[in-house]
Amino acid sequence: METMRVFIVDDEDDFRETIVKRLNARKIRAEGASSGIRALEVLKEKDFDVIVLDVKMPDMDGIETLRHIKKMKPDIEVIMLTGHASVEFGLKGMQLGAFDYVMKPAPLNELLDTIGQAYNKKRGIIH
Amino acid sequence: MERNYRKLWWQHCLAIIGFSVIPLVFINLSLYKLFDNIFIGKMTESLRSTVENRRDAIDLFFNERVAQLYTVANTNTFKQLTDETYLSKVFEIMHAKSTSYMDIGIIDNEGRHLAYVGPYYDLLKQVNYKNEPWFIAVKANGIYISDIFMGYRKVPHFIIAVMVREKGVPWILRVTINLKNIDDIVHKAWFGKLSDAFIINSQNALQTKPRFGGEFLNPPIAPEFDTGTMKSQGYPDYSSVINTKVERIKSGVFDAFFAAAKIHNTRWVLVIKEDPNELLGDLQKGKYWVILLSILGFAVITSGAALFTNGLINRIRDTDRENAAHSDMLLQANKMIALSKMAAGIAHEVNNPLASIAEKAGWLKDLLAEEDLAGNPNYAEFNDSVDKIEHHVERARKIIHNLLGFARRMEPAKEKINVNNLLDETTGFLENEARYVNIQIVKQYADNVPVITNDLSQIQQVVLNLLNNAIDAIGRDGIITVSTCYHEKTDAVEIGIGDTGKGIAAGELDKVFDPFFTTKEVGKGTGLGLSISYSIVEKLGGKLKVKSKVGEGTVFTLLLPKQ
Repeated sequence: METMRVFIVDDEDDFRETIVKRLNARKIRAEGASSGIRALEVLKEKDFDVIVLDVKMPDMDGIETLRHIKKMKPDIEVIMLTGHASVEFGLKGMQLGAFDYVMKPAPLNELLDTIGQAYNKKRGIIH
Repeated sequence: MERNYRKLWWQHCLAIIGFSVIPLVFINLSLYKLFDNIFIGKMTESLRSTVENRRDAIDLFFNERVAQLYTVANTNTFKQLTDETYLSKVFEIMHAKSTSYMDIGIIDNEGRHLAYVGPYYDLLKQVNYKNEPWFIAVKANGIYISDIFMGYRKVPHFIIAVMVREKGVPWILRVTINLKNIDDIVHKAWFGKLSDAFIINSQNALQTKPRFGGEFLNPPIAPEFDTGTMKSQGYPDYSSVINTKVERIKSGVFDAFFAAAKIHNTRWVLVIKEDPNELLGDLQKGKYWVILLSILGFAVITSGAALFTNGLINRIRDTDRENAAHSDMLLQANKMIALSKMAAGIAHEVNNPLASIAEKAGWLKDLLAEEDLAGNPNYAEFNDSVDKIEHHVERARKIIHNLLGFARRMEPAKEKINVNNLLDETTGFLENEARYVNIQIVKQYADNVPVITNDLSQIQQVVLNLLNNAIDAIGRDGIITVSTCYHEKTDAVEIGIGDTGKGIAAGELDKVFDPFFTTKEVGKGTGLGLSISYSIVEKLGGKLKVKSKVGEGTVFTLLLPKQ
């Protein structure tokens, strides 16, 4: 079985780096990008199974990034990460094809569950 | 800010009355003045014509007498007339058609009384008139009409003397005339009950007896009823009048019209006096009508203005109240919007560092589990600390969730709710807690409360919050009254939650729905409960109101639409 490849896009360095480390510690191939633009650049070269995308970022916000991602690689499942106040952005993201949204700060378990579900969906396995 | 409606009322009312009454009074006064002028003008004119008419009648009388005398003097010779038998015959003819002659005499150029017919024959026959003023006057003027005098007869009379020439020798024919005819003419000018007419000579001595006051040959005086006192006062002196004069004399209570006209044949003046009250009676009546109509008009205008102003002020008051209520609601809504935006901003900013802290703590936990640190003496401490960090992050997260309760934009659910059941269930959560502090929960449900469609959990949250507040407000020993009723008119269900707590002061009552407003001790309440409840209820299409009296308690009323 292939290992799951997860891409974390968030402008909060501490958050992103720690999440990446923790995922890696759980045998998940995780990588991070600090902005939507950087993420799109990385995506040109690499492929991922699941992208965790923060809604509120400078320059290019999560919704805009999501549109580009869905254009470039519609197969990749995207999970929107929202501050509480931007629930509607999470919902909007789902309308644009995101798999689900998770509210910050979320316990890692919750996030892992959602990532797992998204991964399963991508592989065509529905639990 | 409350307007001063009473002041506004007076301002409007007085303005309306002022703008209506001032023209009314002005028009009435000018009309009255106009009529007064016209009326007095007419009166003056009629008085003038009366006095001239009477004067002309008197003049006519004199002219006739004088003409008769000339006729007698010229149709008879001096010689014939000095014959007293002949003169007596002539006098009889004269006397037959006019009772005014009393006697007749013929006087020669030297003043000798040559012939006399009349009752005082013995007395007058001998008299020589050579030095009498009237004899001198008649010699100078050819004709003389005397003033009135009583003479020997003790009746008022006067004489007319004419001088004629026969072959260059002058002689004089003299008659005495009693006053009756003049009196008759003058008395015809006594129109009203109080009017008067009399003749005065050039010395302002009465020549005829006036109707009221004054004696022959004395100056005329006003009667007592004119002066209003017991003392009589003199009339104005018209003895020197040449052209007809009409005037109104007013001084104190004395008020009279006077018309004076000179009698051409004599040096007499005919004076007519009229009472204005009699003359102007109709005008006086008109004056009362004007006053009465003015008062009536004023009354109508005043009551109309009062009624109209009442309506106006009531409408203004209603509008003000509506506006106030509206702006209150608007203000509250605006506050809510601003605060929810701010809360959303803060939440996001706080959530990000919180997320980082949570991840770091999680990473530490991962590491603690991975590394073989279990043997480390401080392992338990590390583990405990990380747990605590996670615990407090979770706490902070919950606070922010609460804070964002009213910033949440989720679609409210639509469920069928039996309000009474919902209240039973919700009070059930708190019954134990209430019993513990000896608070009794009394339920007063209406039976006709319909099933409503709304978000059950959010309503429950609001009710729970209100109940919690009620318990906190009472503290210990009290009653919470939970009631429901149905307003058919507005198709709304009302939930009332009343407590017997300490109440809220009027000044603070309008702040209870403001976020962060709390009367609880520091650290005990966030001041968010009621503001969240308020925004939830608004979002659900309902209304949350509060009534309170210090010392008696507070009642929160929750109005929910049926649909």
